Amino acid sequence: MGMTMTQKILAAHAGLDHVEAGQLIDAKLDMVLGNDITSPVAINEFEKCGATSVFDNTRIALVLDHFAPNKDIKAAEQCRQTRNFAGKYDIKNFFDVGRMGIEHALLPEQGIVVPGDCIIGADSHTCTYGAVGAFSTGVGSTDMAAGMISGKAWFKVPSAIQVKLTGKLPKWVSGKDVILHLIGMIGVDGALYKSLEFTGDGVKNLSMDDRLCIANMAIEAGAKNGIFPVDEVTMEYGKGRFQREAVVYEADPDAVYESVVEIDLSTLRPTVAFPHLPENTKTIDEAGKVKIDQSVIGSCTNGRMEDMRTAAEILKGRKVAAGVRCIIIPGTQQIYLQCVREGLAEIFIEAGAIFSTPTCGPCLGGHMGVLGKGEKAVSTTNRNFVGRMGHVESEVYLASPAVAAASAVTGYITDPASL
Amino acid sequence: MNAKGRVFKYGDNVDTDVIIPARYLNTASHAELAAHCMEDIDKDFVKKAQPGDIIVATKNFGCGSSREHAPIAIKASGISCVIASTFARIFYRNAINIGMPILECPEAAEDIQGGDEVSVDFDTGVITNLTTGKTYQAQPFPPFIQNIIAKGGLLNSIAK
Repeated sequence: MGMTMTQKILAAHAGLDHVEAGQLIDAKLDMVLGNDITSPVAINEFEKCGATSVFDNTRIALVLDHFAPNKDIKAAEQCRQTRNFAGKYDIKNFFDVGRMGIEHALLPEQGIVVPGDCIIGADSHTCTYGAVGAFSTGVGSTDMAAGMISGKAWFKVPSAIQVKLTGKLPKWVSGKDVILHLIGMIGVDGALYKSLEFTGDGVKNLSMDDRLCIANMAIEAGAKNGIFPVDEVTMEYGKGRFQREAVVYEADPDAVYESVVEIDLSTLRPTVAFPHLPENTKTIDEAGKVKIDQSVIGSCTNGRMEDMRTAAEILKGRKVAAGVRCIIIPGTQQIYLQCVREGLAEIFIEAGAIFSTPTCGPCLGGHMGVLGKGEKAVSTTNRNFVGRMGHVESEVYLASPAVAAASAVTGYITDPASL
Repeated sequence: MNAKGRVFKYGDNVDTDVIIPARYLNTASHAELAAHCMEDIDKDFVKKAQPGDIIVATKNFGCGSSREHAPIAIKASGISCVIASTFARIFYRNAINIGMPILECPEAAEDIQGGDEVSVDFDTGVITNLTTGKTYQAQPFPPFIQNIIAKGGLLNSIAK
């Protein structure tokens, strides 16, 4: 029986010729990731069990991004603890303020994650790296601690849903709309414990930024991982970037999928997930007139260069509507700098938006844009749970950068094509 | 190993943002996390939870973030076990890794009501609703996971 792409990567990292869905394996890890919220818990566990060394100081990435730059004293202490740990064990991929970016924008950008890798990260959106053809999944802090010590993790080999993509995305429709559409189809537990394997002719028409966005939100369908085949787009992206050799795995022709979902990219419309679940999707045509108080463009889902350019294309020569706070946050320092060089920073500021240093801040109601009672935000982030961005009675509408920028201009959820 | 307690009942897709809101993630203190457990969907939980009590919910419990603070907050509130129709996968892993027993049992999750007295036998997977007298069979943990729990969590199980 053939293996899926995910199963092949897992088999190779477990030293096995063949694995099957449901099998428990112990796999070697190529990278272990943590951030300023999850690392302190992992470090406590690491120290509590008496560990005195890490398995490989080049295979651990610690990124201070969630409540950094430090939002309060407690956050400062968590960053300090992580910083001290990184210093003590000489962690090579440690990213502090000034070098840091939002972890899932940063690691692919820096070539720290490469095709064929097996990666765990103490952050649910670690599934992002499936975009470069790696097996990558979110875990908790204890798994992170165990991974830092042993360089291994146990997995139950997942079955898979095949997502066959055809066609090409229309103007103002992006990877965000693809993944929101998919989650709307299968639900927030539609891929629970499973892989989402993206295949088909349509893949080649998706940019790396689109793929990273799509894989990023696989967890929002409950998936263990989302993964894309490695193709010319991947290898072009990796030129001069991938820090280790890419290993290309392909699903067997007779790989077994639990189900198949087909999406014709050319038929998709800008899509919005209404409160309070990412599966509550409507097309922009069905959205009605939803008045907003805030528009957030950024995060590990949509803080990449294409997202910034799309937002700028819409905001250029326009103004953010009175009564709307528009918060634009690039994913990394490199993207930030590129935005300055390309003149995007000027466009954003002239439009009346704010343009900040990288941080996860508002996505999880941490800082830099927390919502008050009854307030509504359109946001390019990934979750719209109760209280996610602030007050328990606030609301988050998930959308693409194009929709979020257009909505900032009009003051209500808006089809970018209508401007 | 057994658990026995009164039930707090919740519905589908209880996410980690309501189990422990991110605004409290600037600490790893178990007591502080427990003090805010479930507050965005159940303001009374913290006041009412007694040691040994049990959470019962329907599908996809613990969806969302990978924050281990979520099972930690529940465990530190004194909850002895979570029973659900299904769990989100990262929450499932995290609960086992910190030694908080969880069981998947759709029938029990649908039937059992808030306030019921329930007992659980982890060795056999038998769940008994002491209020109604009804019993349910959940799958006991596979040996691989039993080993992690028996050794007191993942890190103890890998310690040399």
